[in-house]
Amino acid sequence: MDQDGLYQRQVIERARTPVHAGPLDGATGRGEGTNPMCGDRVRVGVWLDADGRIETVRHQTRGCAICLASADMMAGLAAGQDRSGAVTMGRDFAALLQTGQDGDAPPELMVFAPLHRHRSRIRCATLAWSALEAALAEVPVGTPVGETRDGMRRE
Amino acid sequence: MDVSPVVMTDPIDALRDRRADFPILGETVHGRPLVFLDSAASAQKPVQVIDAMGDTMRTQYANIHRGLHWMSERTTDAYEAVRDQVARLIGAPAREEVIFTRNSTEAINLVAHSFGSLMRPGQAVVISEMEHHANLVPWQMLRDRAGIELRVAPITDSGDIELEALERLVADGKVALVAVTHMSNVLGTVTPARRIADIAHAAGARVLFDGSQFVVHRRVDVQAIDADFYTFTGHKLYGPTGIGVLWGRRELLEAMPPFLGGGDMISSVTFERSTWAHVPHKFEAGTPAIIETIGLGAAISYIEAIGYDAIAAHETALVEYALPRLAEVPGLRVVGAPAERGGVISFTMDDVHPHDIATLLDRNGIAVRAGHHCAEPLMRRLGLSATARASFALYTTREEVDALAATLTQIRGFFV
Repeated sequence: MDQDGLYQRQVIERARTPVHAGPLDGATGRGEGTNPMCGDRVRVGVWLDADGRIETVRHQTRGCAICLASADMMAGLAAGQDRSGAVTMGRDFAALLQTGQDGDAPPELMVFAPLHRHRSRIRCATLAWSALEAALAEVPVGTPVGETRDGMRRE
Repeated sequence: MDVSPVVMTDPIDALRDRRADFPILGETVHGRPLVFLDSAASAQKPVQVIDAMGDTMRTQYANIHRGLHWMSERTTDAYEAVRDQVARLIGAPAREEVIFTRNSTEAINLVAHSFGSLMRPGQAVVISEMEHHANLVPWQMLRDRAGIELRVAPITDSGDIELEALERLVADGKVALVAVTHMSNVLGTVTPARRIADIAHAAGARVLFDGSQFVVHRRVDVQAIDADFYTFTGHKLYGPTGIGVLWGRRELLEAMPPFLGGGDMISSVTFERSTWAHVPHKFEAGTPAIIETIGLGAAISYIEAIGYDAIAAHETALVEYALPRLAEVPGLRVVGAPAERGGVISFTMDDVHPHDIATLLDRNGIAVRAGHHCAEPLMRRLGLSATARASFALYTTREEVDALAATLTQIRGFFV
């Protein structure tokens, strides 16, 4: 059925029961990634902590199993990173998808390595990371801690 | 009572031998025999088309219309003979009404630019909710360029155009053109072209049919359906890419200004002004797709040798076979239930995204389409972001439908 191991159990389970999906209200920054070829869409909200590090990432994803699982794993991995660390991680992941080798990407993302033989599906996996970059770009450097994109104080 | 002893051939099996005409069907994908169920996107090519194009380049090729040498004259004859073939294929009253374009998209853009330039601000164009982007975006561009109103005829939940709503949309007499599909690339809906034309004409509007899907499956008769414009593309009709057709009524084409300017479309040129060639050449600027046009001619010959009766019977029987087979797949839902369906079946499956369906089918050698099928507004109307789509051609077999259904059942089991 899936000779390439594209749909490993972990991917299917994560897509079925994501742990970081949820409302984005009150996020410090929000971003969206869309794939015009297929209509998939990932919306991401980021919350930063007092040091400007990513405290929480949540997502709202309409997409395939690859897209959903990737979004959920992205949200888990980005938490605790600073901005540049999260962006670098996304680029390392993109390199992994091109080569099938983990390189500098977190080893848990190797479940997506078989995608390097499915070029038409790579965008499914990178969509959430694009949305994360867009969300981070929306937060001006030096944003007062706890201030939301609407200029409202977080509770 | 008919007691004829003749044993009727199964209409699906009747075309089985034709598979041998398509070399690509002998290929394997991921180690499995290719099951090609994406012909609505682009059909595979019979050896007759492949050879016609190769032979042209090998033995009989030169630029057309203006050469004074033997090769140019012969190539011009071959090119222009295809215009006669197209006219016969669609029942056009005159060969000059057949204009070669790059594809159906370009044909519709030609009408939107040229016929559109004759419209006045405040006039309207009506499309339907189930149009391909090719018959939507050009009209949006015309709207934004020329102050034309764009109206959208709704479809029913089963996927048919609401004709009463269409009547209301044209009732104020402001509609210059009704432009709708003759067969939906997503739902397979065959639209009641003659009734739509009658509704348009009664309100003083012209009517354009996008026949890209229909012409593959059924005989077109532009006079019987009382069309004013008809478009289709060669590559879905077993011909090559890069060649499409616009048919239009002569009086309309003659009143319309050129679309593209350049060589071949002029009568005379000075630095002060140019005058235009007669139709169809007025609309065929520059060296056309000569080889592709000859390839289209070979495809039309191929279709006509088989006959639309056999093609339509094959397809109808295949759809009737496929719908209940697919209904047996757990969690599968066929999208739409139009009054008349061509060989296109879109579906979704509970708990499995269409892209995952398409990727796993591909791993088993089965090619289908997944996504919004260039019909995003229709997807929104249906409350879906994407579907998977299996589409049939004259080479599709019952066994391929069985393979699709069996593999879909496995995929469902894999995810649940």
